[in-house]
Amino acid sequence: MSVSAEPSGNGAAMSAPNSAAPPQTTGPMQKREARLAFSMLAPTFLIIFLIVLGPLLANFWISVKPVELGDLRAPTLLVNERVRGKPQAAGDPVTLQYRLRNSSQDYSIFEVSFTDTLPADFKPTAWPEACSVDGARLSCTLGDIPGKWRERLDIEGMAGAAFAEYRSQSKDTEPVYTGEADNVLTNLDFTLDNFRRIFDADEFWSVLRVSFYYTVFGTAGALVLGLFAAQLLNTSFKGRGFLRGLFLFPYVSPVIAVAFTWLVLLDPFSGTVNALLTKMGVVSEPINFFGQRAIEFSLFGLPLEFPLALSTVIAFEAWRYFPLSFLFILARMQSISSDMYEAAEMDGATPLQQFWWISLPQLLGILSVLFLLRFIWTFNKFDDIFLLTGGNAGTRTLTVDVYEQGFALSNLGAGAAVAVVVFVVLVTFATLFIKFSTKEEGL
Amino acid sequence: MRLLNGFTLSAIAGAIWGAIAMLVIGVTLTLITGNVASPQVSMAAIVGGLTGSVAYWFQTQNPSLGQRAAAPLVCLFTLILLTFAHPFTLSLEVSTLWQLGGIAAFVAAVVWSCRATTYGLPRGELTRYEREMLYLRVAKGIGFVVFTIMVALPFYVMVMTSLKSQQSLLANPLDLSIDFSGGFYGLFRSYIELFTLFNFGDYLLTSAIVSVATVCLTLLFSVPGAYAVSRLKFPGRDWFSRSVLLIYMVPAIVLVIPLYAVFSQLGLRNSLVGLLIVYPATTIPVALYMLQGYFKGLPAELEEAGLMDGLSRIGVILKITLPLSLPALASVSLYVFMIAWNEFLFAFMFLDDPEIFTLSRGVVALNSSEVPRQHLMAGAVIATVPVLFIFLWFERFLVQGLTAGSVKG
Repeated sequence: MSVSAEPSGNGAAMSAPNSAAPPQTTGPMQKREARLAFSMLAPTFLIIFLIVLGPLLANFWISVKPVELGDLRAPTLLVNERVRGKPQAAGDPVTLQYRLRNSSQDYSIFEVSFTDTLPADFKPTAWPEACSVDGARLSCTLGDIPGKWRERLDIEGMAGAAFAEYRSQSKDTEPVYTGEADNVLTNLDFTLDNFRRIFDADEFWSVLRVSFYYTVFGTAGALVLGLFAAQLLNTSFKGRGFLRGLFLFPYVSPVIAVAFTWLVLLDPFSGTVNALLTKMGVVSEPINFFGQRAIEFSLFGLPLEFPLALSTVIAFEAWRYFPLSFLFILARMQSISSDMYEAAEMDGATPLQQFWWISLPQLLGILSVLFLLRFIWTFNKFDDIFLLTGGNAGTRTLTVDVYEQGFALSNLGAGAAVAVVVFVVLVTFATLFIKFSTKEEGL
Repeated sequence: MRLLNGFTLSAIAGAIWGAIAMLVIGVTLTLITGNVASPQVSMAAIVGGLTGSVAYWFQTQNPSLGQRAAAPLVCLFTLILLTFAHPFTLSLEVSTLWQLGGIAAFVAAVVWSCRATTYGLPRGELTRYEREMLYLRVAKGIGFVVFTIMVALPFYVMVMTSLKSQQSLLANPLDLSIDFSGGFYGLFRSYIELFTLFNFGDYLLTSAIVSVATVCLTLLFSVPGAYAVSRLKFPGRDWFSRSVLLIYMVPAIVLVIPLYAVFSQLGLRNSLVGLLIVYPATTIPVALYMLQGYFKGLPAELEEAGLMDGLSRIGVILKITLPLSLPALASVSLYVFMIAWNEFLFAFMFLDDPEIFTLSRGVVALNSSEVPRQHLMAGAVIATVPVLFIFLWFERFLVQGLTAGSVKG
């Protein structure tokens, strides 16, 4: 019998002759098949657990720990060895001095000891209690040392003839140190300061608001542009393939390339767009698209603000990601049967009526799936805003805030706390997505 | 007679075409010649309106020569008359040929679009159907112009800026013409400097190695996984094939801090090995998802026949499944290559050592006030060209990959 994927275990069915219902137990073949399947999936599971799920959990862990960027380097004992005294001839007194320091300001190192090989032709005569000399071997036991700890150990002795000549030999051997330090990531210090700090900050709520504006308008912009572009290319004409390729450029190109191009293009001092606008007399002053937080204007006497930098960033988002929705919508439109349009034509429906009553309802499924997917991805987006504005001028979203807290302000714990917020918001969206994806089998 | 009849609508459409054509041609002229043109948009709108009406009026089944020539002639003469022969407000002395070309392009564009707008419409009163057709034609025309400019302009500026020198950029930011006077070296100076002084040759190589290695690793992991999910039965299969995409929704920024911390302590951070662990991990789920969809579509009978004939599972995969799924493998590979090539966040966070920069990281390093902008743009071009080249070459596969991989931002 082959090992093929037969429906629900023949072996089990044969061993239970009386049952008309399918067997409930798993037979040996199914077990073997499942084992094979798991062994084929094992590498994937492993790497996903290590690199995605592991860090996801670790992020929660770090978010309740007081970890700064600088703490990542484990504290070590820094040993600086030097020779004091100027021995001219054999028998002159000389002192070997070890200067010791804990590299960390805050963290202790436990059970520290170090050993070193004394220079050749150096005869030690006196040494501190912590140390012992065995032949040419010096070993010192320092015990636990706190943060900021520093100490000097002097080994007095006599120089031999060779030592007097080659004093620098003393540096030939590096001291070997042993000691245990707490790992900042694995110790059991916990704190809620990170969360307190981010929720108390005035800007947090504005960051949250900016995130939602960016996500909603960026997603909607990309969808509307994509829908429009798909309408344009839904008819066949010469050069259609070329235009379709061209329309995909923004999405396919590396983000660094297009982001910097936009920066250069919209630069207030030397950018092409501003030069055009000012030279042609459209505006009197160059517009700082990525640097100006808001433009104030009044409508019917109401003072209003137009968030300029945020809008530009949203425009970039829509520009960069419309190709994706364009592709999907175009594919869906080409699969709509032409019968319906012919029937509508016979009934005298106008082009706009056909679009509104036939195309749009047919596209609704793909549009809603696209909206959800793009919504999640736009919310996750970090690169674009980071490269365009660095989160300045009122464009800081939650994802940029993770970087800002964790790396710019060097507080990894606070960064992880913001990342937790990102994740929690995301899980809410993902729940929505699962609910929708069971209804929409489009993807 | 209704207000919105064929005559008024064709005149309005013509006015729109006139304004758009003048604006686009004027700006193009400015960017090509470097002389600032301020196109007379309102005059052009009037010209376009007249042209539109004339074109509509003389539209018949088999037009005579005079009927054909009427619209272009009206367009040309009114344009010269209304703008006093200075449609771009530039003296005709400067870049005369370009200006004449611009006028010719204007006439051709306006006449062609006016005719295309009213093509096949009856003279006089229009039905609602016909009116909407006309609106849609105008909207589509505007759409084509806007989309093409919107997409092409940044790339045009990127390439042209990279070919300029610092002085000419500062002197006139509008001059995006190609200056051949400096010879080959003068033109490609930024590129030559990037490759000689800024190590871009190495970055290019590193990016290529990292991307290809990511593709190989991803396939190595995802092919057996996808096969298992699509062909073998095991408890939790449906749950797995659904939730594997959820993993893909986990934002990279959430993973960055823990990975940064742990990789720092393991000494993996500032190394390509670190990148080659993270990149496949982010691409495997989507590759697996795309491949299992394709594998499910292959007939299982072929594989069963192979098993009957004594092939092992591995043999079946290597000799039957993989050769049959070459198109899917191609689109997955291209898609993963594109992701790895374009990746920015992890390269930026992990790599400190300029010796092992990828292209993305190298271009970001150019973004400082000490490096001139044409170098930055040249770096952007170097990063873009390979991926665009691959995209155009394998567009069919890549579009399949994009639609199947869909969810990636």
